[in-house]
Amino acid sequence: MSALSNNNWSRRSIFRAAAGMAAAGTLAACGSNNGRGGGSGSGEQLTQYFHAYGEAGTEQAIKRYAAAYKKANVSTNWITGNNFESALFAALLTSKAPDVFEFHPQLQMVKSGQVADLSDIIDPVKDDFNPADIKSHTVDGKIYGVRMIDDPQFFYYRKSMLEKAKVDVPTTLEELVEAAAKLTTNKVKGVFLGNDFTAIQNVLIFSAGAETIDANNKIGYHTDGVVEGLTQLRKLFTSGNVLLDAPTDFWDPSSLNQGLCAIQWGGMWSMPAMQKALGDDLGIFPFPKIGSSGKQSVYNGGWSMFVNAKGKNVDAAKEYVKWLWIDQKKYQEDWATSYGFHIPPRTSIAASATKLKSGLPAEGVKLFTDYGHFDNISYDQTMQTAFAEVLASSVRKNGNPEAALDTCDKKVNVELKKLFG
Amino acid sequence: MSTTTTRGVAQPAPAKVSKTRPRRGLRGNPTLNFWLFTGPFLFGLAIFVFVPIGWSVWLSFFDARYTVTPSHFTGFENYKQILTNSEFPDSLLTFTVFAAFIVPTTWALSLGLALLVNRLRFMRAFFRSVFFLPTAVSYVAAALIWKMSIFSGVRFGLANTVLGWFGVDNIAYLSNPSPPWYWLVIVSLRLWIQSGFYMILFLAALQNIPAELYEAAAIDGAKPGWQTFRHITLPQLRATSTAVILLLLVAAYQAFDEFFNIVGQKATWAQTPLMELYKTALGTSQDYGAGSAGAVILSLLICLVTLLQGKFMGFGRGEDK
Repeated sequence: MSALSNNNWSRRSIFRAAAGMAAAGTLAACGSNNGRGGGSGSGEQLTQYFHAYGEAGTEQAIKRYAAAYKKANVSTNWITGNNFESALFAALLTSKAPDVFEFHPQLQMVKSGQVADLSDIIDPVKDDFNPADIKSHTVDGKIYGVRMIDDPQFFYYRKSMLEKAKVDVPTTLEELVEAAAKLTTNKVKGVFLGNDFTAIQNVLIFSAGAETIDANNKIGYHTDGVVEGLTQLRKLFTSGNVLLDAPTDFWDPSSLNQGLCAIQWGGMWSMPAMQKALGDDLGIFPFPKIGSSGKQSVYNGGWSMFVNAKGKNVDAAKEYVKWLWIDQKKYQEDWATSYGFHIPPRTSIAASATKLKSGLPAEGVKLFTDYGHFDNISYDQTMQTAFAEVLASSVRKNGNPEAALDTCDKKVNVELKKLFG
Repeated sequence: MSTTTTRGVAQPAPAKVSKTRPRRGLRGNPTLNFWLFTGPFLFGLAIFVFVPIGWSVWLSFFDARYTVTPSHFTGFENYKQILTNSEFPDSLLTFTVFAAFIVPTTWALSLGLALLVNRLRFMRAFFRSVFFLPTAVSYVAAALIWKMSIFSGVRFGLANTVLGWFGVDNIAYLSNPSPPWYWLVIVSLRLWIQSGFYMILFLAALQNIPAELYEAAAIDGAKPGWQTFRHITLPQLRATSTAVILLLLVAAYQAFDEFFNIVGQKATWAQTPLMELYKTALGTSQDYGAGSAGAVILSLLICLVTLLQGKFMGFGRGEDK
């Protein structure tokens, strides 16, 4: 006889247990982390997807904004981990697809009809946006996303460490390689470019005086300057003066804050945390120029808000996006400056953002203005992945840069053919 | 003449069901019983396995980017793309080499552990649990511990701390492919997490070997140790070994979690076939056509390897053959 049969399991007790479990499940569904924004709105139910920002308070802020919207009940899916893109794309194929989501401008998403035309909500305020942001979201005269934040990326450095090693701020890649050697000690590495170097893959192209994709939608990155940049990066990689396998990647300020390196590539979002940890012992500079035709560059990352064109509530979603990312200037400024630092894409908001008007944040804004490069909507994720493999092959694995670029060209040309015929 | 009588002795009760009358209801309808018990599982299998497989094969002949309901038929174009213009073939080659190493190594280690635990006279359950427990650990959690705590490239990492005591500089185990220290990280993790499970299979098989065989061998003059192991134990484990090797082979080709979390996608080395397919289909490229073509190729390859292994090792044959 089984132990189970010794219990007094009656039909009634089983039903009672089942009812209890159902009630518990219902209560659990009403619990803390169900992704809802706590909106008090009525009518339409909208879902928005966000990747997990590292800065404290961001998740609460996004849910607070959503809760303030009264015309719909907006729930927020805050996706942690490093697979936001995968989770988003997989969801977009299902009936559980988000109505609204953040991402980067991608021509393929426009061509496949995944994102809705937002021209009608942006046109009235188009002139108040950074023109480069408008351009990077425009296809055939239609605008497909609202820029939420611009995220300039540049080098941070410890002033005291450079002074002690008698190193000037590098303006060329050769100088950066030399500086890394002088700054490296038995405890501190000279420079941190992210664990796999892909954080600098676009700015490498720009600093070599090239473009990712040119104006004719042809490959623009395969130049002598880029080859020279790859060669010098290989030299830096093998020098032992670059930080590798750090516990956190470039997007986190820990490597510089904890004294693991003297110079770190990072985003402007890290500036408040770095200032808090290092005080005035902090400086910034753009990515150094590469070769004679190169120029110093700052890569502008950032995030934009899109509406799922295949969603069930496209009009309601557009109305929400307009309300939050066009009408609610206070929320936009709060989002850009209260957590990490970002540059508001609206000129009027950027002009009034007092936190960005002085000191290091102002320097960051100036670097963005003087050296900033924006995404090209035609340079899609597949192409970026192909170029990431160039860095892996020729910088981290001692492959021939020309051969790696040739391999990349084949993949990018297949992609360009699919996009432009 | 018999003097015995049946009077007063309880007779067995007559069978309730007459031989001439068929059973009625559930017990009497084998077809209904069959569908009742297997139906839900077959239904789940069809919905979650066969339909996706069929759909994947169908997608592999279409231009299916950013959609799983495509309309543009492209024939074998996706197969051509995945075999000539991607890292997928390299990953297959890499993982054939990986399988050639990890399968015999895990087999030997788990068999060794099983022999060790089987010989223990006390605390056998304790050691069996100790070796088996890693199996319960998530690959993702283990990968993050290996990557961030043990084999971190900075001075805080456990391995680098120990090396530092001997004056060895910090090693970047994962970012730098030469020398390929990343294999040390991956292989050590895989052995730690897998061996316990296969040890349990071998342990069960070892305990099923009749003691009479060893007694007979001893009477015939077989020396305990290697001679007995080679001529008695190993042949008796043949069926289990075949199954273990088959499972290990499939697991090697299907490797994903620890590689994804340790090496990452942004490398051109140690990319498993599934990672390449993930990048193609479920990653940022969203090319479900090419990804499905790769999945079909990988499935066929696993079937082929399994059949070949079965042919050489005699999968399904008993110990007595």
